[in-house]
Amino acid sequence: MEVSRHWRLKKQRYALQGEVCPHCSVKIFPPRDICPDCGLDARTPFQFSGRGEVYSFTTVRDAPEGHSEQVPYTVALVRLEEGPLVTAQLTDLDQQDVEIGLPVEMVTRKLRSDGERGMLVYGYKFRPLLRPAA
Amino acid sequence: MSNNTPTDPTQDVFIAAVSLVKVGEHWDTSLRELANHAIHHVLIEANGLRPQALYIANAFAPILSRQTQLGALVADFSGLRGIEASTVEAAGASGGMAVRQAYLAVASGTCDTALVVGVEKITDKIGPSMLAALSSAADSDHEAPHGITPAAQAALLMRRYLHEHEAPADALAGFSITAHANAVSNPNAIFRRALSAKAYSKAAMVCDPLTIMDAAPSVDGAAAVLLARGHVLPTAPDLPRVRIVGSAASTTALALHDQPDLLTLTAAKQSADLAYAQCGLSAKDIDLFELHDQFSIYSVLELEAAGFAEAGHGWELARDGEIGLEDRIPITTFGGSKARGDPGGATGVYQVAEVTLQLQGRAGDNQVPDAKIGMAQCLASAGATACTHILQRT
Repeated sequence: MEVSRHWRLKKQRYALQGEVCPHCSVKIFPPRDICPDCGLDARTPFQFSGRGEVYSFTTVRDAPEGHSEQVPYTVALVRLEEGPLVTAQLTDLDQQDVEIGLPVEMVTRKLRSDGERGMLVYGYKFRPLLRPAA
Repeated sequence: MSNNTPTDPTQDVFIAAVSLVKVGEHWDTSLRELANHAIHHVLIEANGLRPQALYIANAFAPILSRQTQLGALVADFSGLRGIEASTVEAAGASGGMAVRQAYLAVASGTCDTALVVGVEKITDKIGPSMLAALSSAADSDHEAPHGITPAAQAALLMRRYLHEHEAPADALAGFSITAHANAVSNPNAIFRRALSAKAYSKAAMVCDPLTIMDAAPSVDGAAAVLLARGHVLPTAPDLPRVRIVGSAASTTALALHDQPDLLTLTAAKQSADLAYAQCGLSAKDIDLFELHDQFSIYSVLELEAAGFAEAGHGWELARDGEIGLEDRIPITTFGGSKARGDPGGATGVYQVAEVTLQLQGRAGDNQVPDAKIGMAQCLASAGATACTHILQRT
């Protein structure tokens, strides 16, 4: 894996930093510079809360390279409370059953590894919400 | 448009010849040999008609075979050295997109003939490296690093579909059962055996709720179609002529999480609507539909996107017995990706070749009675790219 490629993504990977469209106010994650809703420039940074809920999920048993040591792992689409969906793994599940609608929060974990001499890539995963929002 | 043009050039593109290689694990056959097999047989069928341009549909050779520039490689190896040739890549939709490029070349008048060969060599890699290659169709910054696979994407959609529409757990069984039933009599299929409802229900889980019987095998294959203007075709053909009356492609966001509505295949719907508009047809006019059932949920979503069912009701077409060879809208008539096999970027070329066989009455035991108009639609990953062709017997 390419060091510069992951370095470029550090703000979104480690801090869930996205964008807010200055024209239509829609919140954007991952950042993409052109608003998918109104089509205008959107480069204003926006800090997401990291809270959301499970929109859909599945368990991967046959993994691609870089993920073999994690199997089985749960991949989900998480609806962030600010609106966007993200693809991410669920973690810290212990024996908890996952269901659509489960409240989750972002944590930073190891995403993939490329062998003894390769990179470890860290980034966001989501775990069941420890303390429900007040 | 020139006053000398005898007809609308967009309505003067015919399928002059087709060929299909059996889909499977071709351990003893290389990428270039697979392509050559398909080209060799399509040129025999073309009976002297020579291609003026070559479009290669391929998705994964740069990763799986460390080979780019398939245009020169395949042209030279197949005895077509010198011809204009290049690859068209759109992951699983490469086949449809290559047919579309050939269609545009012929419809524009640039060429009288254009050859499409879809070729994919999957099985030189196995396990995690093969899965990583197939997963490259997903967003490599925002999906692949989370361990997503094509099966996982389909499973995320399948779970959400069953949840939102309160469909039963075995709602999609009929799609795989139909595909397998049709593959039994297809000599080019990898799985020529029937699938029972019981076997479907007991199948091993891949990505819950998606089982191995909801998933197509990703294997090797090659197919070819030769497109030509009407004036170069034989005046007294042995077979009915088949014309491309609709050709359209569309894209939407690459990542599944960026879709405005996950359960609507936006690109599939848009490409189908554009293709329908070109020929003034609609879903009710289509006699058979080769859709891209790499995973069974995509059959459902494509039927809905192409207007054969309302949103949330596509699964009922299998339950109600409407998708068999003699039913309202036959699909996967030669087994589809599920049972004929899914040769990656070549799949869309198989589809167009299969629709042609149906319209020419050459489908044998797989024949859809009196098929006059057929549609082929292929998808890439979870539908980010879609390409639709409508063919008509003339």
